[in-house]
Amino acid sequence: MISLFKERRQKLTLFKSSRQKNIQHRISVPEGLYTRCPGCKQDFISEQVAANYYVCPGCGYHMRLTAQGRIKLIADKGSMRELNAGLITRENLDFPGYSEKLASLEAQTGLKEAVVTGVCSIDGISTVIGVMDSRFLMGSMGSVVGEKITRAVEYATKRRLPIVIFTASGGARMQEGIISLMQMAKTSNALARHSQAGLLYISVMTHPTTGGVTASFASLGDIILAEPGALIGFAGPRVIEQTIRQKLPEGFQRAEFLLEHGFLDMIVERQNLKSTLGSLLRLHSPSAILNRKKGGG
Amino acid sequence: MPLKEAEDQIRLLDERLSKTEDREERQAILDEKNRILKDAYENLTSYDRVYLARKPTRPGVRDYIKNIFSEFYELHGDRLMRDDPAVIGGIASLDGIAVTVIGHCKGKNLEENIKCNFGMPNPEGYRKALRLMKQAEKFNRPIITFIDTPGAYPGIESEEHGQGEAIARNLLEMGSLQVPIISIVIGEGGSGGALAMSVADRIWMLENAVYSILSPEGFASILWKDASRAREAAELMKLTSFDLYQMGIADRLFAEPKGGLNQNSRSIYQRLKTALKAELEQLAKLNKRTLIEQRYKKYRRIGDCSPK
Ligand SMILES: [Zn+2]
Repeated sequence: MISLFKERRQKLTLFKSSRQKNIQHRISVPEGLYTRCPGCKQDFISEQVAANYYVCPGCGYHMRLTAQGRIKLIADKGSMRELNAGLITRENLDFPGYSEKLASLEAQTGLKEAVVTGVCSIDGISTVIGVMDSRFLMGSMGSVVGEKITRAVEYATKRRLPIVIFTASGGARMQEGIISLMQMAKTSNALARHSQAGLLYISVMTHPTTGGVTASFASLGDIILAEPGALIGFAGPRVIEQTIRQKLPEGFQRAEFLLEHGFLDMIVERQNLKSTLGSLLRLHSPSAILNRKKGGG
Repeated sequence: MPLKEAEDQIRLLDERLSKTEDREERQAILDEKNRILKDAYENLTSYDRVYLARKPTRPGVRDYIKNIFSEFYELHGDRLMRDDPAVIGGIASLDGIAVTVIGHCKGKNLEENIKCNFGMPNPEGYRKALRLMKQAEKFNRPIITFIDTPGAYPGIESEEHGQGEAIARNLLEMGSLQVPIISIVIGEGGSGGALAMSVADRIWMLENAVYSILSPEGFASILWKDASRAREAAELMKLTSFDLYQMGIADRLFAEPKGGLNQNSRSIYQRLKTALKAELEQLAKLNKRTLIEQRYKKYRRIGDCSPK
């Protein structure tokens, strides 16, 4: 496995160096026309990047998707119906500047909070989804995120639907203090009931998924998928480095590392994500389940 | 004056006291001591409480176990990997009633702390706790947890072994355990590391215990990139037992003597023992379904955000 990654890395480096030459003359480009890949630091035509689901055409780096972009990628066209969009934060810590921050983020991103939840169809299968957006306070979980996830799970349990949650989060939201921490228990308890009802939960971890979100609903999927290269962990890399006073090994806490250590089922490239989810959902639909004799004995 | 500084001054005054025979001077020193203590204890800040909650002279989980229960058999290991000394657990007798007791283990000195990793569990600690809780459920034993941790350990191995998964699993499982769970925050309730052992029917806090999303140092360094602003952070974070009670998260508080608990504090054990017995008697009256439903609702209502 490791040697395979090494080989791929070498190929990529080679590829990158050949690319670099073509790009060099475009030192100053109008903003917006080109998108710089955070992976290989090269510029690509934005349209081309968008058409490629925001996966770098050069190195395959999976750039962050907005919640709307993710929904467009996953939900059948026009099928998404948002749930609980109107929930609002009732400040409980009176953290200075927090409500202003929420207001400015809403203006900036068009999002009311760090997660969008709703019900949609994926390859024709009715599914509840939750999509986090890391532009909104690092996708952190405060009361609204916890409540929306919980309500989405409860909705799925009540209507006997599967749920898919796409995580992208720095963890529990500091500005709401202990209330944020308690959302970890709240969301996990709701998932316990969904699970006890025999229903499917697929967790899709995207870059980055850390802290209290990793330590609650993100890690509780019947099936856990991740996008390539996603940073996934409980403690952030900087906190760990400060604690152990040494540099972390390359690839630490990346999706590939988690797969190797047994905490992921699959790494799925973005272009295959919808079809993979569709197939998994179909394999869990009532029509796919072997009919067995009812009753004991 | 911060409590820690007050205590340093008291120490200096005690030294002076031991060096003088002069009656008048001794009286002056004693008066000064009383004035400082009175002033400090009457104006405890949130950070003073953090200081008290962390004090190594404060009773730890082993003191509570020894003084509340008549028998205790410590059980070890998660059956998967190893035994995590940051979490201790076992079977105990509460005046004849079998209970499962689990707690975070902090040391009283550096040597002990190195052994138990300063009370910061690895995933194996949470998995041991879960194993013992499942065992408790099988044998219909109530679960009592003692919370005292700076948080889950952030290290290479703990990540490799799935720290996030271990905590998440406990949250999910504890919500549905069919036996009563009482969690007592005796010192530091730090972050997910504390939560993973305190999804409970009742959360009790000792007066000077704290419970927070992160340590004030961590909070300050994340939000202001400056860990030295911990004192300021503590005031904002609403982490004292009184704050938690007001927010409806802590169900009951237990008073401490002035200056916090120490190794000579005896009454706390009897008070907790009496309270535990009474509470378990009440919880035993609920059928399993009602018990779990009430526990679900306890967390369900935290963080209300319906539009006004
Ligand atoms: Zn790239």
